[in-house]
Amino acid sequence: MEVARPECVVFPGTTQDVVRIVQLANQHKTPLVGRGAGTGLSGGALSRKGGILVVFSRMNRILDIDAENHRATVQPGVVNADLSAAVAHLGLHFAPDPSSQKACTIGGNVSENSGGPHTLAYGVTTNHVLALGMVLPNGEEVRAGGSAIDAPGYDLTGLFVGSEGTMALVTEITVKLTPLPEAVKTLLVIFDSLDDATETVAEITARGITPAACEMLDGWTLRAVEAYVHAGFPLDSAAVLLIDVDGLREAVEAHAEEVADVCRAHNAREVRLARDAAERDLLWKGRKNAFGAVGRLSPTYYVQDGVIPRTKLPVTIRRINEIGKKYGFEVGNIFHAGDGNLHPIILFDASDPKQFERAVSASDEIIKFCIEMGGSITGEHGVGMEKDRLMPLLFTDVELDLMRRARDAFNPEGLLNPGKVIPTAKSCGEIRVRPLPIAGGSPA
Amino acid sequence: MSAVATVIATRLAEIVGDANLTANPADSAAYAIGSLRPSAVVRPGSAEETAEVIKFAAAEKLAVVTCGARTKLDLGLPPRKYDLAMDMTRLNRVVACDPGDLTLSVEPGLTLRQLSAALAERGQFLPLEVPFFHRATVGGTIASAMDSPLRQLYGTPRDFILGMEFVTGEGTCGKSGGRVVKNVTGYDLHKLMIGSLGTLGVITKINFRTFPLPRDVRAFVATFDSAERALELRARVSRSPLKPLTMEVLSPGVDRLFFSEFAARIDPAPFPPNLLTSNGWTFTCGFTGTEKVLGRYEADLRAMAAQAGAAKVSILQADDVRAAFARKREFVAIARESSPAATIVKAAVLPTRVREVLATIESAANAESLPWAAMVRGVGVIYAALLPDAVTEDSRDRVARAANRIQSGCEKAAGHAMIPWCPFEWKDKRNVWGAERGDWAQMRKVKSVFDPQGILSPGRFVGGI
Repeated sequence: MEVARPECVVFPGTTQDVVRIVQLANQHKTPLVGRGAGTGLSGGALSRKGGILVVFSRMNRILDIDAENHRATVQPGVVNADLSAAVAHLGLHFAPDPSSQKACTIGGNVSENSGGPHTLAYGVTTNHVLALGMVLPNGEEVRAGGSAIDAPGYDLTGLFVGSEGTMALVTEITVKLTPLPEAVKTLLVIFDSLDDATETVAEITARGITPAACEMLDGWTLRAVEAYVHAGFPLDSAAVLLIDVDGLREAVEAHAEEVADVCRAHNAREVRLARDAAERDLLWKGRKNAFGAVGRLSPTYYVQDGVIPRTKLPVTIRRINEIGKKYGFEVGNIFHAGDGNLHPIILFDASDPKQFERAVSASDEIIKFCIEMGGSITGEHGVGMEKDRLMPLLFTDVELDLMRRARDAFNPEGLLNPGKVIPTAKSCGEIRVRPLPIAGGSPA
Repeated sequence: MSAVATVIATRLAEIVGDANLTANPADSAAYAIGSLRPSAVVRPGSAEETAEVIKFAAAEKLAVVTCGARTKLDLGLPPRKYDLAMDMTRLNRVVACDPGDLTLSVEPGLTLRQLSAALAERGQFLPLEVPFFHRATVGGTIASAMDSPLRQLYGTPRDFILGMEFVTGEGTCGKSGGRVVKNVTGYDLHKLMIGSLGTLGVITKINFRTFPLPRDVRAFVATFDSAERALELRARVSRSPLKPLTMEVLSPGVDRLFFSEFAARIDPAPFPPNLLTSNGWTFTCGFTGTEKVLGRYEADLRAMAAQAGAAKVSILQADDVRAAFARKREFVAIARESSPAATIVKAAVLPTRVREVLATIESAANAESLPWAAMVRGVGVIYAALLPDAVTEDSRDRVARAANRIQSGCEKAAGHAMIPWCPFEWKDKRNVWGAERGDWAQMRKVKSVFDPQGILSPGRFVGGI
């Protein structure tokens, strides 16, 4: 377990403050790390090499809301859910909805290219960012993109979103706002077999049905959640799917029926439709507080974030459970099934170094299986300081070097967020850092 | 052929094979960009061959312009230097397809038609219905960031490309993203490739997420006596819960283009008669869904059109939808076909400022007695075609004055405007990419990472990159 501690924490109030902080850091060749609410799960906002931690909590103003054009411009410290709340009366929302949305900031979302349950239909953060105001590691202020779309030139906004704070400190963000759907139906689908649940998701996808969200909780996880939230998940089931369909009233009805048909064809015990908004909110509360529920059972657990093609869902979940057994761990699975983004949870006792070693090994084996299936090592949590050591599993040295050079074009001295995303050149391919265990965090 | 040229040709032939090298100037005419002709055309058969060619070009300081079906070679500024044409049409395979996951990997030389046919068999499609559809390749479409009417619902390639493989200007094979629909592993370098016009790398593979093919598509067409009213309907629809597949507003003059022989040459499907008016403005949108949903769209659109003051409304079905859609898709191609002097300005502003830009277009074109037509996408992109009938000094000057006014009008409206197409010999005098922007200096940094020697399409891109 790695401890990363800044030497100094600073809370800028304006972009000019940020410029001055960056200039100072340059004078003293001191590392700089940007931070929003610190809810990230890959250590992106931790000061791995010490230095200055730049916390954006004071830069939390919504600068402009343009309802007619579906745009908003915000400072990076605006809390994700606060933006949606501020525009709800206009029938709009900010679509990316990480489970930490009540705490996490939009600046953090931009750095990590955050997801969330409803990104299945609406897309992740990068699909909703139009322009960025930034301070580069040399203190230069830059704007990329614009409110008007299709700006001529390279898609720098696309490069910077998801660059995990290694290229620039973001000080202003223009996002798209998305109309709230006219109607939403939430289905809780109960299964007696895990395979039936995963095969249902594979078929929903293959049929081209795109629910707004399609989440899965396996039996172990739903029991943990039920004990905490009392959302109404049946304790004796092997898995549940929590599915939202939304859109026009006329479409939602048929859409829900289509989803229910697939579920029944795969032996669902029950397809329960949330009666009203209150019941829907309760079900979603269960999903979004799941990691809090797990935290009650164990103070330390390790959450993975692998991604696989949806066609490989049944085999992968079976494999994850086998790997858990092999290493002697109970593995819980609660994840964004609809887009193949897995979050297996391994509970371990941090006071036992052997257990920790085993948890890391089990986790690595899961990630390697995801890659074998044609998948990826992180779907939404980021590489950060957790998975840089795993990057060589997906990218060659040459490919990593190109990424490194792209970063260095903006961050030539490596002062900004050092030791993240790309393994340092000399130890490329070696396993040098242990992953970061998550204690009671709340992944998307 | 000079001794040097012979040496170069010999080495290139070693890499791609004699049959895939054209070093004869007469045969390279088909690859001309304006008056510039490459000394040789190479057709690599793999990413490795592509990388070898680029390594050789970098060592010899040869300027390389990558192309597919060559429908858009004249986009951007004239290249400063043009030694090699890199024809990617031999890389034309579907590399991987996972229909159950709605994902697909293809090589860049595959044509959009081949791609669309392959996907249709699986009940899927890609919203890449762009101009020059019948000939264009996937790679060229992505590298030039052509946009589709379907962006209204599906977004642009940056929203549905999952990853790419490419060869940089140093002959390095790069990769970013992956094949899964959600992924934040590493930097999204592939996003830089989209619309980069071959200035950062040569795309060798593209991974897409695909979409279920809509079953029953209908179109709603409403004519208005003013742009305000047509745009008012656009605003009403965007405030409503409706999510149409496409949404455009067409100016007067579009009817002439769409009914012309030029249009029939580009897409033979007969255009439904009496749909557009010759002096009015037209709102069109496409939508899909179950019978009930289609009914809802029709009822709501009729009601909103009436509130906006529509003169006439029509609903199109089946073949008529396809024919009307093809005209919208091919607006640029049809306009260019209609006149050798056709000049296309592509502008983008916030939707609420479209009206003032349209007023500028109308007044600038009229002041110079230039026939014109415009198509406005619901998302705030305007394609304005200035259509003098011949390339003369006089038409050049009139177009120049009109285009300048339109470009400065867009900037005043907090937007931007570029000139993707005009007669090639006019290009070096026009502000093809619009006014210099604050982030272009950062783009030069990107260019220096991917193509430090500047051998890839030198000078074609923004700011002379």
